[in-house]
Amino acid sequence: MYNKGTIIPGLAIFVLIVTSPLWLNAFMTGSTVPKVELPPGGETKCIASATVMRSSHMQILNEWRDDVLRDANRIAVTVDGKEYRKGLQMACMECHTNKEKFCDACHEYVSVKPYCWDCHLSPTLAATKKETL
Amino acid sequence: MDKQRRKFLKVAGATALAGISAPAVVKLTASDALASSEHAAPAADAHEGANGHGDAPKGIRLGLVIDMRKLYGKPELLDKAVAACNKAHNIPHFDNKKDEIKWIWKAPFENVFPEHSQYHPADTAKDNDFLVLCNHCDEPPCVRVCPTKATFKIEANGIIAMDYHRCIGCRFCMMGCPYGARSFNWFDPRPHVKEFNPEFPTRMRGVVEKCNFCGERLAKGLEPACVEAVKEDEAITFGDLNDPESEIRKVLAENTTIQRKPSLGTKPSVFYIV
Repeated sequence: MYNKGTIIPGLAIFVLIVTSPLWLNAFMTGSTVPKVELPPGGETKCIASATVMRSSHMQILNEWRDDVLRDANRIAVTVDGKEYRKGLQMACMECHTNKEKFCDACHEYVSVKPYCWDCHLSPTLAATKKETL
Repeated sequence: MDKQRRKFLKVAGATALAGISAPAVVKLTASDALASSEHAAPAADAHEGANGHGDAPKGIRLGLVIDMRKLYGKPELLDKAVAACNKAHNIPHFDNKKDEIKWIWKAPFENVFPEHSQYHPADTAKDNDFLVLCNHCDEPPCVRVCPTKATFKIEANGIIAMDYHRCIGCRFCMMGCPYGARSFNWFDPRPHVKEFNPEFPTRMRGVVEKCNFCGERLAKGLEPACVEAVKEDEAITFGDLNDPESEIRKVLAENTTIQRKPSLGTKPSVFYIV
């Protein structure tokens, strides 16, 4: 083989560069996966388990939306004796008052931009113009 | 040669005639078969619809009777009802009349009842504003024109509702509505909302919005915000127009009421005692 001295080290360097993401992942500590902040009020139970909520909260919200708006079915959901009114602002944000640290933490990480907040009010925003009774 | 040409013309003429008349023949002979298969269901529906045209629709149909006699000379009561609605639904306030968002608002007699023109109108009609809102029609033109089904009639209670998630802001419904009960969000409404109701969303720029008959309050067992605001004066009666025992039916039976633009055939659910 001609130029053995340059080809073999060159190949080794090439393989190393191509597989570099794997190496980085294996040896780098401090993953950037966000840790969401739990409700400040200390609630530990939701309408379903954390796994289900993590994977399908969007479907549940869509179902609620269609129930409430289209079918006029606003009957509250009762789980473990606690009543949850169907609604992002009326159920979810009642406990998860920290939208910026709960919703946004993950949504930003996975780069999804749900349009909920175009219309729905986060507790922080709602508090900026409070009722003055 | 001559003979052959003659033959050709004969055949060509017969073919053309057959071609032209074929669709008609097919239509005539096949009409029965078609009707019995795919056209059967819609035909039956249309028939039922034609029969039921004059009948009252079944099920709950929510409506209002606004007793203007109790509101004459009291514009502050009208303002109170409007303010209650604005607050309950995070309705923005714009100074420019063209940008206004209105769910319930005040209007003069000639605008509210253009079909009731009078030579010498009564003083009450001349001097007072009238309370107007979405009529939650039984035959809503806005629903017919909506290309995305963002606005629709809830069959369970007759409310003409909107799903703002689906509204694309084409404003066909604003053209369709003969009552001007729909408003378009030309701007982001949030900076123009005086105080937020944390239980109700705002809207976004580029959607049409309208009165929802306080669906969210009805779910809690409350009456619509405007009805509640003028409760002490018993100016507005709210209830099921199809329930013969309801209070609203009693009010309708005891008084002569008028509707807005009845000749359009939209069958409004809001009635006025003037």
